[in-house]
Amino acid sequence: MPDIGSHLFVFLLAAFLGLEVIKRVSHMLHTPLMSLTNAISAISVVVAIELAGQNHSTLGIVLGTIAVVAAMSNVVGGFLITERMLKMFKKREVRQ
Amino acid sequence: MNPFSFLAEVTAPVADAVAHAGKTTPEKAIVTACFLFACACFVLSLKWLSAPSTARKGNHIGALGMTIAIVGALLSAGVVQYQWIILGLVLGSAAGIPLALLMPMTHVPQRTALSHAFGALAAALVGTAHYYMDFSFADTSAVTMGILALEVLLGALTFTGSLMAFGKLQEWLPTRPMTYKGQNIVNVSVLIAALLCGGLLAWHPDMTWLFPILIVLSLAFGVMLILPIGGGDMPTVIALLNSYAGMSASLMGFVLNNKLLIVAGALDGASGFVLSIIMCKAMNRSFTNVLFGAFGQVQPPSVQGEKKPVKSTTAEEAAQILEVAHKVIIVPGYGMAVAQAQHKVREMYDQLTKRGVDVRFAIHPVAGRMPGHMNVLLAEAEIPYDKLSEMDDINGDFPQADVALVIGANDVVNPAARHDKGSPIYGMPILNADLAKTIFAIKRSMNPGFAGIDNELYTLDQTLMLFGDAKVVVGSIAKELADLD
Repeated sequence: MPDIGSHLFVFLLAAFLGLEVIKRVSHMLHTPLMSLTNAISAISVVVAIELAGQNHSTLGIVLGTIAVVAAMSNVVGGFLITERMLKMFKKREVRQ
Repeated sequence: MNPFSFLAEVTAPVADAVAHAGKTTPEKAIVTACFLFACACFVLSLKWLSAPSTARKGNHIGALGMTIAIVGALLSAGVVQYQWIILGLVLGSAAGIPLALLMPMTHVPQRTALSHAFGALAAALVGTAHYYMDFSFADTSAVTMGILALEVLLGALTFTGSLMAFGKLQEWLPTRPMTYKGQNIVNVSVLIAALLCGGLLAWHPDMTWLFPILIVLSLAFGVMLILPIGGGDMPTVIALLNSYAGMSASLMGFVLNNKLLIVAGALDGASGFVLSIIMCKAMNRSFTNVLFGAFGQVQPPSVQGEKKPVKSTTAEEAAQILEVAHKVIIVPGYGMAVAQAQHKVREMYDQLTKRGVDVRFAIHPVAGRMPGHMNVLLAEAEIPYDKLSEMDDINGDFPQADVALVIGANDVVNPAARHDKGSPIYGMPILNADLAKTIFAIKRSMNPGFAGIDNELYTLDQTLMLFGDAKVVVGSIAKELADLD
């Protein structure tokens, strides 16, 4: 039985922490912020892995495997494109 | 008492969550440690993203956290076979790499919408699987089932909603708002019906026939939510979908007793939430307006008096005026992205700075199709980011600017937002481009912008229009400047 009460505590703290941290993110980095949080929210890959790796429900394996594909594409794609974007932000002239 | 047993005690609840039940074993403690470590990484990752100088470090630690979390999941007790997991990981990576590396920067909004769809799909599928697998209906609490239903609802509507947003951004679907009579009533009814299904399931989890109905209603609601959204409202909608995707991951953590999911989902949910609030403020829309997604309705433009004439000019003349300017402020908008003009803008910027002209860029928060869109494009063209200014920082400088060059921006520089109470954009904070001594506006034609409103800026005495594709026009200005040497 999930302990909803203690989960709510964790959720509340994480949400407020998130609000405080995100508010400080520079406006110019909002697009990389979105791709990074997108990669982080693909954390559902963790439970998808557990679904795809159990062996008592075929339905679970099928849905779990599709979920692993979908989430993993976000993990890999999200961090890579964030890196690609962040590399472009330069303060000084480089081409002269 | 040895320190390890203390650790086991502290981590026991989380470790239980990982393996669903049972006593704490060393394996579970390892999995828990992995998840705790990942949690810390994610928080640091977002903290370091706050400034460009530490942002890459933030991305790296986020990726490290995710890797450790995946390792933890692979080690967890429930996992007994690996072939499907490996297949999924390989296919997912194969899809993710080209999506990240080959996508042109102008297509980042589409890519983002698509990845919201994938994230939400994963959440909805896991929720669905758990409903059919795990729920011994007799002892499932109403609260848990309600949360599961809500999670699936959010996941499913974010999935189709994001696909719709993707279609609109990719222009596979019409970008104009699609509206019909009674749309809001129909939308709200579908949402209420979906919520009722969820509520009924919470009290009677064994009514399995309700579950597919819940899914179908949620999928339909996602489509209907995005139908009336116009292109100009996309930044807010993308941020909102981002928040929904995070929330559904977080809710899944509640159901599956996984605190890592709760934290990571909450961080993402908070991020999308903050971004959509910022976007809302930048468009002067209310908070209620965001939550119910009831935006994008376009009032038919009120019939106004006869049109004032506009003056147009040539790239050559524009180059001559720019050359003798001291201070130039460039206002980029979606038109610059569509025309992929950012590299030509860079050439023009080089020509001007070489002559000692002070060139800065004024970025409106909702310029483009997603938060920060313009910044990424200009960064791609290697324009130093300290030349990019936010609205509040640069608005006071327009009266001193010799030239304001508007490249494919429209509603964000429309002075009607300040004084015309009848205008749909009345009250929206705008860039004060109209206060500059001379204004050049690059535009494909005199068609009104996304909000379908005439822009007074174009008819001001000091405004000169440059008609044409932004890339071509800026390119010829840069060429004229080079020839003036």
